[in-house]
Amino acid sequence: MISLIVNGKAHKVDVAPDTPLLWVLRDTLGLTGTKYGCGIALCGACTVHVNGEAVRSCTAPISQVAGKKVTTIEGLSRDSSHPLQKAWVAEQVPQCGYCQSGQIMSAAALFANNKSPSDADIDKAMSGNICRCGTYNRIRRAIHAAAGIRKEG
Amino acid sequence: MKRAFNQGRRNFLKTSAAAGGGLILSFYLPGGARRAEASPGGTKLNSFLKIGTDGKATFFCGQAEMGQGAHNALAMMLAEELEVEFKDVRIEQGGVDPAFGNPRYSGFKAMGGFQGTGGSSSVRNFGIPVRRAGAAARTMLTAVAAERMKVSQLECVAERGWVIHTPSGKKVSYGALASEAAKIAPPADPIFKKPSEFKIIGKTTKRHDIPLKVNGKAIYGIDVKRPGLLTAVVARSPVLGGKVKSFNADKTMKVKGVKKVVQVSTGVAVVADSFWAAKKGRDSLEITWDEGPMSKMSSPEIYKSWAEMAKGSTAAERLKVGDVDKALASEAKRVESVYEVPFLAHACMEPMNATAHFKGDSVEIWAPTQAQSWNRHWVSQLTSLKPEAITIHTTYLGGGFGRRLESDYAVEAADVSRAAGNVPVKVVWTREDDMQHSQYRPASHNVLSAALDANGMPTAWRHRIVGASILQYFKTFGHLLRKDGLDPTSVQGAADYFPYDIPNVYVDYVNNNPGVPAGFWRSVGNSQNGFIMESFIDELAHAAGKDPYQYRHQLMGKPHAARLRAVLDLAAEKVGWGKPLAPGIHRGIAAHFAYGGYCAQVAEVSVAKDGAVRVHRVVAAIDSGWVVNPDTIVAQIESGIVYGLTAALYNEITIKNGRVEQSNFNDYPVLRMGEMPKVEVHTLQGQGDQGGIGEPGTPPIAPAVCNAIFAATGKRIYKLPIKSESLRA
Repeated sequence: MISLIVNGKAHKVDVAPDTPLLWVLRDTLGLTGTKYGCGIALCGACTVHVNGEAVRSCTAPISQVAGKKVTTIEGLSRDSSHPLQKAWVAEQVPQCGYCQSGQIMSAAALFANNKSPSDADIDKAMSGNICRCGTYNRIRRAIHAAAGIRKEG
Repeated sequence: MKRAFNQGRRNFLKTSAAAGGGLILSFYLPGGARRAEASPGGTKLNSFLKIGTDGKATFFCGQAEMGQGAHNALAMMLAEELEVEFKDVRIEQGGVDPAFGNPRYSGFKAMGGFQGTGGSSSVRNFGIPVRRAGAAARTMLTAVAAERMKVSQLECVAERGWVIHTPSGKKVSYGALASEAAKIAPPADPIFKKPSEFKIIGKTTKRHDIPLKVNGKAIYGIDVKRPGLLTAVVARSPVLGGKVKSFNADKTMKVKGVKKVVQVSTGVAVVADSFWAAKKGRDSLEITWDEGPMSKMSSPEIYKSWAEMAKGSTAAERLKVGDVDKALASEAKRVESVYEVPFLAHACMEPMNATAHFKGDSVEIWAPTQAQSWNRHWVSQLTSLKPEAITIHTTYLGGGFGRRLESDYAVEAADVSRAAGNVPVKVVWTREDDMQHSQYRPASHNVLSAALDANGMPTAWRHRIVGASILQYFKTFGHLLRKDGLDPTSVQGAADYFPYDIPNVYVDYVNNNPGVPAGFWRSVGNSQNGFIMESFIDELAHAAGKDPYQYRHQLMGKPHAARLRAVLDLAAEKVGWGKPLAPGIHRGIAAHFAYGGYCAQVAEVSVAKDGAVRVHRVVAAIDSGWVVNPDTIVAQIESGIVYGLTAALYNEITIKNGRVEQSNFNDYPVLRMGEMPKVEVHTLQGQGDQGGIGEPGTPPIAPAVCNAIFAATGKRIYKLPIKSESLRA
């Protein structure tokens, strides 16, 4: 049994230790907001926070997450009230939406340490997340807008 | 009291009472009435619109939502005509039913019409039926209200969910009228609102699905949950077309969580209690494959054989205007070029997957699909069950781009469920499976020649296309393949709409399928032919020593080219064509018509000394006709540009010994945030046929970028993707 805390709730899971965190979240805990895209940490669709840092959950074996705090898109806010979620709606970012959980979680990790990210900061933090619908410019706008939303409180 | 409106042959709507009260409008197919009759009270299967006693409207949409905004746009049109607020319309995915057949695609009677989402067709084809349903319901509710208030219907207006008697100010809510309205027949020709009366259509409306896509709640195919659901991963032949000869599952069965290993028509399926167990099990299978004839096939040979075929005398003629041979022979100045484009994968963010539960006498499928009726048809072929015994639940799609018009992954899921003993099972494809077992945008080899007169204007244009055919492979559409091999999709964008006023034109096609599965890829034939045509016309402009924008403008003088010329002019104006640019940055222009949309783009590009191409800015102009949700137009053009730009810069599927060489985003890269150009989209609302929006944004970007590269370096890109090695200073 491996223990971990997901979105503030303690879980014990009985899975093979090499099972990636992604599949524990999706198949064992039923949290399907985190997506599978490539399985080799190249697309970012599976991005979650582990102890506050953005991690590609598709290549993070559950054994390495033992005892750690995991935040998924479902736990980013209770009611879609995180400034990034609000900005994502305001800027009408998603199209198919499949990559957006990962995009938002990558942006949230950037946002946690950087109150007002520059375009270069965004390029650096977000280039690990791909979007086949091509919503990048809207993502950029939404991150800038979220900085504004946060300032307004 | 006269209860019926002018019911006639053209009445495609049918009224019924909703369970628990309220009004339901269903599609009514001429000759297909029996099906509607068989579901009294209306069901989700073929219902279209429900108005509850609470006054809320529910819109059941037969089209799939894959990011293109079809659900939202159609719901806006419904709300507009129904005269309710957009927020009061609930959108639900419809089931699979011939009543949802796409009127644009006829000829699929065997499979009960074509219910599918493709060809940029949702608003184009369903906009009018949706508006008619909304207008019919509004008319019926108004009639019932007038009767109840004992006033003339002519003195009543419908407004935001109420029917108001204007002289007295008395009003009744839709909710209070819905059950009564269910007792009357819908009018055949309800009066539509005038565009000047629109409150919703044409105004940017926030999409209803977006809140679900920022908190993880949107359910895609891969997220489907069912009681007792198992997960399967399938080992498919590494060689295209190969078959299982034998397999040993001993190691697989020792993997914790693996339940069953079964052979299916596509390979060997490992069924387990989780994805990870199924994948580990799949990876430890020992399989001997019968590789078949493709094992000797590699990409260089394919292109080589096509170059030979291009010289042959056998080809299917598609377009003939004037006498090209004579014109080519009579002009002193000739331009001749060969263009090649590669096979491409769709690489939807959500890898292929489907959930199926075969129950012996019925099958239930949950699929992120663009083609519900084809899923049903092909599952019926597999199982010998009647179509009515097959239910298709459409989830959100994590991208479609044409890949999800195929039914292979849904049929395979039904096959696995049956083989595993009628268990509910979700078949999940890994990214590698998705990349290597797809239906690819056809590659082609193109030979072009043109003659220029003394003023540099073209007098002849010849284009021979040699390449793989989608319809040769995609049997569902096979009847559209001409006997001489002419595949309309292969010449699409090279001949069906020819904007340039050139007196002698000849376009033909050599159909050769080397065994690589071919499929629909965003904008289909336009995706390659737009690149080729717009690159070659650029060559002609430069050969003539003329400005590439002015050259095109001058050649688009015929009336049929007017809308394309208008967007060309708009893009040139907005980008500031001819005005100076920062040092090192150069412009390229292209314009193309696809799926009813006229789109022009100007790309601003720099090429570094090492050959690296950087696209800084793209200015696009689009005319798809009538605009429903303006921001969706912008979003779709932005999306089409990124999709086409990614392919132009990076993507090719190559074959070695029958195997697809690419496997994941390491060798099939996708444009990323740091490479994203600024994009500006300008919308023109032209007069004429209604166009689509999902596809027209894709074709112009590759030629716009390549034409800019020529402007920057003097080097012409004849082969995609662009290779920076070839552009080194």
